[in-house]
Amino acid sequence: MKFQRVLALTKKEMKKTVREPAVLFMIFLFPIVFVFAFGASFGSVGDSQPSYSIGVVNLDQAGSVNASQILLNALTDTNILTVQTYVDNQTAQNDLSQGNVQGVMIIPADFSPSFASYQAAPNNPDMWTNATVSLYLDKGSLVATQAVPPIIQQVLSALAGPNQQAVASPFSLETASLVEVNAPSIFDFMAPGMFTFASIFLIMIVAQSFTEDRENGMMKRIRITPTTPTEFMTSQVLSYMVIALVQAILVFVMVYFMGFQPEVGIPVYAFAFVLVLLFSLSNVGFGLITATIAKSSGAATGLSFLFVLPQMFLGTFVGSSLSSATQVAGKIVPSYYVTDALTSLFLRGADITSPAVLLDTAVVSVSCIAILAVGIILYGKYYKI
Amino acid sequence: MTESDIVTENLVKKFEDVTAVDGISLQVKKGELFGLLGPNGAGKTTAINILCGLTKPTSGAAKVGGYDVQRATGKVKELIGVCPQETAIYPYLTGAENIELFGNLHAMNKETLRKRRDILLENMGLTGDAKRRTAKYSGGMKRRLSLILALIHDPQIAFLDEPTVALDPQSRRAVWDFIKELKKESKTIILTTHYMEEAEELCDRVGIIDHGKLIALASPEALILKHKVENLEEVFIALTGRKIREEV
Repeated sequence: MKFQRVLALTKKEMKKTVREPAVLFMIFLFPIVFVFAFGASFGSVGDSQPSYSIGVVNLDQAGSVNASQILLNALTDTNILTVQTYVDNQTAQNDLSQGNVQGVMIIPADFSPSFASYQAAPNNPDMWTNATVSLYLDKGSLVATQAVPPIIQQVLSALAGPNQQAVASPFSLETASLVEVNAPSIFDFMAPGMFTFASIFLIMIVAQSFTEDRENGMMKRIRITPTTPTEFMTSQVLSYMVIALVQAILVFVMVYFMGFQPEVGIPVYAFAFVLVLLFSLSNVGFGLITATIAKSSGAATGLSFLFVLPQMFLGTFVGSSLSSATQVAGKIVPSYYVTDALTSLFLRGADITSPAVLLDTAVVSVSCIAILAVGIILYGKYYKI
Repeated sequence: MTESDIVTENLVKKFEDVTAVDGISLQVKKGELFGLLGPNGAGKTTAINILCGLTKPTSGAAKVGGYDVQRATGKVKELIGVCPQETAIYPYLTGAENIELFGNLHAMNKETLRKRRDILLENMGLTGDAKRRTAKYSGGMKRRLSLILALIHDPQIAFLDEPTVALDPQSRRAVWDFIKELKKESKTIILTTHYMEEAEELCDRVGIIDHGKLIALASPEALILKHKVENLEEVFIALTGRKIREEV
């Protein structure tokens, strides 16, 4: 493989991106404008049948009255919360940072004594032993932070009896994660998905580029030179990875100035960019598949949405606000795993080496390389490179 | 006997029920300017595509520069320069950038590429427009640039597929002069055209193709003499009963 050829074709592709107004808009300006508009205005949370998994660390010294068990039963009876018990807080916090549970509730040691004191003198608050239930929430989940605390608060209040709304209760709920930091905005929840969103439109650009070069005879002209298929495809993949990197940097700058400033180190940022680069491979692959199917560049534009829309709606910040069924369906697209990994890194505070991030990275790597391979093979089969 | 740069033996190419090339056998000598003549759709471009390694023949064999086109396509591509019928250039690159791109695809040395680029731009009258994007070029300028892209790496063998189609007389004359210069450099050239006066002006020998078959093969003078006519256009009429451009 001659690097001179790869470099020449890569430079050519870069110049096209910068000089063609339509390409420049679609690749760089559109994601930025869209991210700005969407980030600034999108706020609704739609999910009519929610279900949240809550981890519970029960430190209660239950005596004659096992109030913590009553609380756990009441939580389960809501049919909204699924309770998972942990023996210690560390294990529960690990699962929270991996996104396995949406919240962790710590039942204090004095919970049953507090409940007993309340039952002994329900109308005399001076006789109560107060207990504080701590709640840690998944900062990467908009719905968890908004929906889970009121549900638990309601269940705790219900323990005080049927007239709980009128009577004070010895139980209080402290949402620990929200006490520690500023309350995250809707935009914060969307930001990880925006990194993923930016490069999805590469699908359309790749499909258009290949079909246009076929239509105007450039593909044939390059085939007449000694350029090998490997050199040509390497140059294309390199070009679009560079474009994806620039997109990610632009989107990062954009969201940073709009207020998304996660407190993570440089390695995490670097890793995020690696994820975006890996993800760009799948977009090149989908673009090639589209270019294989499409007979013209016009058709390629339309057909590319067959891949753009699922990636966008099921796997980016758009999908995070849709129904739980949609979020389950998202697991079929690579963008879901990129967004999930970025959410774990930026919002949940997970390490790069944490199981959730590694698993997401593995899925992204394997699926994206496979999609790229399928794209190259299909395109090569029907249109010689 | 002069060595042949291009040899085809009973070359056939079928597209489903259409036979585009039907048993063409010919030899083109080193340094010869050979014209492939015929109306549009006669099979000229398909024949060129086979010789460039772009299209696989249904049967028959072809050698270019001594290499089998099917077995040593890479070697053949290093020897040849091809100016395709369509004006294929990148509109978002300047003329100079288009040339440099194709020079690099042929792995040319940077200094050689720069010198040759400047010479060819000068010869084709494009020096003043070299730094303009080709989207702004006229049709004639694009065709001339397309010719430069085909020849930037100084190939031994050139395939020029209708290089003057739709050109104004001035641009056509410039291209003719350029092709004559190539001949002086002893390049082997296959020129396809349906302009008979172009073939008469430039070619050492011509092969006339009709419906995929090679129906005549000789020098323009010999064909005119043989058929006792005034020009190649009349030779074609004598051979087929039709005018060559009726089917254009």
